[in-house]
Amino acid sequence: MKLLTHNMLTSHVKGVTKGYPLLIKATEVKVNEVEFNPQFVIRMVPKLEWTALIQAAEELGHRQDLPDELIPDYHGNEEFLKKVHRTLLEVEVMEGCLKCPESGREFPISRGIPNMLLNEDEV
Amino acid sequence: MADHVEASTTKAFRRSKDEKKLLRKQIKSSHILLKHEGIHTTTKPTKHLVVANGGLGNGVSREHLSTTLTGIGELETLVMPPHKPYAFVTYRSEESAQKAHIDLNGLKMQCGEDIVTLYFSFVESVKCMEEETVPLPEGLTIVEDFVSVEEEALLLTSIEWPSICDQDTAQKTLKHRRVKHYGYEFRYDNNNVDKDKPLPTGLPGECTPVLERCLKNGYVSKMPDQLTVNQYESGQGIPPHVDTHSAFEDPILSLSLGAQTVMEFRHPDGRLVAVVLPTRSLLVMKGESRYLWTHGITPRKFDMIPAADSEYPIRAVSNAVTQSSLTLSKRGTRTSFTFRKIRHGPCCCAFPSACDSQGAHSAPKPSQPVPPSLPGCHSDAARLEEQYVHQVYDAIATHFSSTRHSPWPRVCDFLCSLPPGSVLADVGCGNGKYLGVNPQVVAMGCDRSSALISICAERGFQVFVSDALSVPLRSASCDACISIAVIHHFSTEERRLEAIKELVRLLKPGGRVLIYVWAFEQEFNKQKSKYLKDTNKNPRPEEPGESSVQTNKSLEADNEGERHMSSYQGIQGKLSVHTNRTAFNTQDLLVPWHLKDGKRGVKEKENIKETQHHQKTESITNANAHSDVSRRSELQDRSKENVTSVKSDQNKSESSSAPVFHRYYHVFQQGELEHMCGQVPGVKVQSSYHDQGNWCVILEKD
Repeated sequence: MKLLTHNMLTSHVKGVTKGYPLLIKATEVKVNEVEFNPQFVIRMVPKLEWTALIQAAEELGHRQDLPDELIPDYHGNEEFLKKVHRTLLEVEVMEGCLKCPESGREFPISRGIPNMLLNEDEV
Repeated sequence: MADHVEASTTKAFRRSKDEKKLLRKQIKSSHILLKHEGIHTTTKPTKHLVVANGGLGNGVSREHLSTTLTGIGELETLVMPPHKPYAFVTYRSEESAQKAHIDLNGLKMQCGEDIVTLYFSFVESVKCMEEETVPLPEGLTIVEDFVSVEEEALLLTSIEWPSICDQDTAQKTLKHRRVKHYGYEFRYDNNNVDKDKPLPTGLPGECTPVLERCLKNGYVSKMPDQLTVNQYESGQGIPPHVDTHSAFEDPILSLSLGAQTVMEFRHPDGRLVAVVLPTRSLLVMKGESRYLWTHGITPRKFDMIPAADSEYPIRAVSNAVTQSSLTLSKRGTRTSFTFRKIRHGPCCCAFPSACDSQGAHSAPKPSQPVPPSLPGCHSDAARLEEQYVHQVYDAIATHFSSTRHSPWPRVCDFLCSLPPGSVLADVGCGNGKYLGVNPQVVAMGCDRSSALISICAERGFQVFVSDALSVPLRSASCDACISIAVIHHFSTEERRLEAIKELVRLLKPGGRVLIYVWAFEQEFNKQKSKYLKDTNKNPRPEEPGESSVQTNKSLEADNEGERHMSSYQGIQGKLSVHTNRTAFNTQDLLVPWHLKDGKRGVKEKENIKETQHHQKTESITNANAHSDVSRRSELQDRSKENVTSVKSDQNKSESSSAPVFHRYYHVFQQGELEHMCGQVPGVKVQSSYHDQGNWCVILEKD
């Protein structure tokens, strides 16, 4: 699971109203080199929940001094875009779990795949 | 990557066009290795090289590659991971490695009818894969050199094969190997023998000394009285089976003459052990290995076997273990003499689950004997879908995935119409065949089947396991969603509507969703869908549009499966079982899936492993584009053979039958999908159409 995917995921346990963002408890994190495409990153930034990304990056130790608040003029800032690129696309959680911030329900991540299935009584 | 570019530009002005091309290919191969295999190459010379395209997966044998590499200098190790399109070599000295890097890069190697081009890149180190010895199945013994070369020749000439024109009935039914019986006729219709009707001729006299030796050495306690001789040409095999318990005593002897082969033994718990049967060896199957493990030979032309030079005492390979000392062995003609003792009276072995005398079917049947009823409430519906959709897809994942490789063109059109940077969710993504169609979008996939999701993850896609009724994505986070062949698996109208609402919830305002469901009307505008048209040439049960599947499956096997199921029909209130490739006569039904590889749900893990290999058995990059293409398709065919014994007559096999699974479907009538979408607030139907037996809509969120 890349952090870009994590940024879109949310807890969907029945009755939960504040299920976002999911907390990450990682036991294995991998960093894979991915070709840097500044245009792609520029397109992605407005689709992100910035705070959730920073929190996730912090949890995994890959924040690389990214700011709490999204800077306004990132379009030409290659250094910034590269950091965002690394956080979004190169860091991958292989083993661990995602935890619902409200209910505490944990969803296992195994071989990079989050299992988000709920039990009958949670739907 | 930056390193490569630098290295190439410094010398660029001196390079000829060919050299530049070679360099480009080599760099490309190292990128592919990184991307698909996570192998980091380096520009700094080391003793270690990765040889792209020089792998077992490309059909390169260990001997062949080793000879080529040793021409440069002395080798320390040569690691050839199974099924992979690359190998690792470590030279004694860095100088040799550098020389190999210069001299051998771009070398074209003839292997079989194909040419592969080798590309060399330095790597920091070679991970030595741990080699574990695999225990043979309990009760299995292989006695090497049991007969002499002279005895082998004598035995082979003792068999009189009927000429092509007057083959007897047994001969005709077994298209894929030659077979002859002595002592008693083995009947393939009931997988048993007529114990009261011994054949006029007993066992050939040439067998007597061999059998006496078996008695003397204690391999058997009673003299065998039945002999089946099978002759396999390269590429032929026998489906996995257990010899009928009530027909024969324990143990069973099998003598391998002619070429060696690999026999696969499968335990019901999923263990698989591939055992090399050398020329002139005797196989003794006793106890558990005779009664519980199935044995079979996968029809293929090459086997992967432990290399002769490896320190590998047991000639058995488990596919759960990654081994590096493997090589390819080309199959030749093998003749087996299977000696058995007819059993009089019932079998009372310790394996009742596999014993016909003790009431068990020859193999566990995957389907329930009584079909379910259409659900009346939510929890019934969930239970029905769990058993007749989720469990089935998990069980058939590998086989299903192998038939799902060509994306439907109109789905691709939709995906390609999305602007770059769009966020796309494929809800019910199956094996992920749509996730990579448009590389400009951010594609995420989810599916209820973890087996299918594992296949996606192996392909490097961003995926998670989830239910389509409750997708764990933020509301309004997606620019587009697709739901291809998913919603027809929900068993109530309420749940189908919920599934559509959930897709709409994910969309941003202005976002679009494409939905495909199977149509009740398989004939539309006087055009029959491919599903109906493919009756003869493609008797595999699959949804329309999946046209490029190659199948060698015999029609008889399919028919048998349907005969087997026909008793299901006509039970009041129960779902009926659809006859594959015919028009639908009801909207809610069970559609049979005939598993082709004799593997059952319990083998799921192993199946995924094989699929992983399957995915990666791809040629890395080749200067010769044509050869690249042919190699790739040939490889896919070959690896498909590894996964499914497609060429074998499942219904003719001894004591084994092709498992049939049933998937629940609700097929949509014309207008039904649009009507349903009309009930979803905040969205409008942008377009709807019929595409090869499917009803399709594109919805746009307000």
